[in-house]
Amino acid sequence: MNVNIVLSLVAVVVLGALAFLGGSAPALQGVFGILIPYIAFVMFLGGFIWRIMKWAKSPVPFRIPTTCGQQKSLSWIKHDKIENPTTGIGVVIRMALEILTFRSLFRNTKAKIIGDRISYELELWLWLFALVFHYSFLAVLVRHMRFFLEPVPVCITFLEAVDGFFQIGLPIVLMSGVLLFAAVAFLFLRRIATPTLRYASLAADYFPLFLIMTIAGTGMYMRYFLRVDVVAVKELTMGLATLHPSIPANIDPFLFVHLFLVCVLFVYFPFSKLMHAGGIFFSPTRNMANNSRIKRHINPWNPDLPFVTYEKYENAFREKMIEAGIPVEKES
Amino acid sequence: MKDKGKIIAGVAIFAALVSFPFWYNTGTAKPAPELILAPEAKAAVTCILPKDQMAKEHMQLLDGWRNSVVREGQRVYVAEDGKKYDMSLSNTCLECHTNKADFCDKCHDYAAVNPYCWDCHVNPKEK
Ligand code: HEM
Repeated sequence: MNVNIVLSLVAVVVLGALAFLGGSAPALQGVFGILIPYIAFVMFLGGFIWRIMKWAKSPVPFRIPTTCGQQKSLSWIKHDKIENPTTGIGVVIRMALEILTFRSLFRNTKAKIIGDRISYELELWLWLFALVFHYSFLAVLVRHMRFFLEPVPVCITFLEAVDGFFQIGLPIVLMSGVLLFAAVAFLFLRRIATPTLRYASLAADYFPLFLIMTIAGTGMYMRYFLRVDVVAVKELTMGLATLHPSIPANIDPFLFVHLFLVCVLFVYFPFSKLMHAGGIFFSPTRNMANNSRIKRHINPWNPDLPFVTYEKYENAFREKMIEAGIPVEKES
Repeated sequence: MKDKGKIIAGVAIFAALVSFPFWYNTGTAKPAPELILAPEAKAAVTCILPKDQMAKEHMQLLDGWRNSVVREGQRVYVAEDGKKYDMSLSNTCLECHTNKADFCDKCHDYAAVNPYCWDCHVNPKEK
C-alpha cells in the first residue's frame, strides 16, 4: 500500500474522530464550535494575504511570452490577440478564460506508444472533472451562506432551487453536493489508476482530496440520513457571524466533524498547493502582455553605471594597453 | 512591485468577500425563531409521532404519504398507538397546527427551506 495514501487517509480519519469526540463532550463543544472556527477564519484570511504579499514582492522584470498563439508581427501575419496579447484587455480576456474555463487544462495531452511511434492524444477527463469539481464546490459554498446570512438573500434561495431542480426525495437532493463528491472521487481514482501519476503523487496531493471527500460525505450524511436540526445549526452559525457566539442545545456531535474538517481545510489552504486559487493571478505566462517587441523592459535592479564610449576607455587605459601589446586606435 | 495598486485592490476584494457574513449581518444577534403551538395542537396533546421524530422526519413522512395516496390510493395512516389518521397535509396536519405562519414558515424561512408542498396545497385558513 502506498504510504502517501495511507498517511493522508489516517490523518483525515483521526481528525474526524477527534472532532466527533470533542463534539460529544459538552465541555469541548465551545472549542470545536466557536474557538476553532474563529481561529480558522483568521488563519485563512491572514495566511492568504501573507502568501499573496510574499508573491507580490518577487520581481518579474521581463515578459515571459510562453504562449500558444502567433505573436503580433507583420501586418499580413494573423495575430492571435487572446493567446498572445499585446494589450491589457487581451490579458484580461486570457486570464478570465483561464480562471473560468481552465483553458490550459484543456490542452492536456497523454503520450502513448503506438507500434514504434509515440503519439499524443487529447486527454479531457481531467479538464472536465476539474471543472465539475470547482463549480460544484462553488455552488455548495454559496448555498451554505444560508447558514451565515439572515435574512437569506434571494440569489441564494434561487441557487438552491436550481440545484434541487429535479426534486428528488425530501429533503430534496442537491446536485452540486453529489457532483462534488463524485468529482473528487474521480480525481482521486485518476491519481491511483495511472502509474506515472501515482508515482508523482504525494501526501500533499491525497490529503486535500480525502479532506474534501470527507467534508462532502459528512455533509450529505447529515442532510439525507441523520437530518440534523438545521435551525439549531443556524443558531450556532449566526452566533459566529454576528460575533455573539453561543452553543445551542440540540447540536448533533456529527456536525462538529463536518465543521472541524472544514476548519482544517481552511487553515491548511494558504500553506498548501490549494493556494493556486490565488496563485493563478500571479502566473507570469498568463498575466503579462507579450509586448517585448513594442516596449523596452529594463531590469529594475541593473546597477546604475555611467555610459562609457570606447574612446574614453582607451584614453583611460592607453599606456597599459600599449605596454601589454594590445592594439590601440590612437597612439597618444 | 509595479502592480501594487492592482494587487492591493484584488486583496481588498478578496477580504471583503470572505468577511461578507460579518458585515451583512452588521453584528446584531439574530436568534432562532421560537416554535409556537396553536391551541388546537396543545389540546390534542400527542402528534402522530413523538416530537423529536416529527422534527427530524416530517418531510420524509409527508413524502411517503404523497406516494401512498397518489400512487397507491391508500390514504389511512395508522399511528403506533393504533389511532388512524387521514393522510392529508391540509386537512390533518393543519387541523391542529392551524398557525402555519408561526409553526411551519418561521423555521423554514430561517433555514431558507422552501418546501414545494405549498406549490399545490393550500392552507385552509388562508383560502
Ligand atoms: C468548505 C466548506 C464546506 C463544504 C464543501 C461543505 C459541503 C457540504 C455538502 C456537500 C453538504 C450536503 C448538502 C449540500 O449539498 O448542501 C453539506 C451539508 C451541510 N453542511 Fe456543509 N460544507 C462546508 C462548510 C460547512 C460549514 C462551515 C457548516 C457550518 C456549521 C456546514 C454545515 C452543514 C450542514 C448543517 C449541512 C446539512 C444541511 C441540511 O441538512 O440541509 N458546512 N455540506
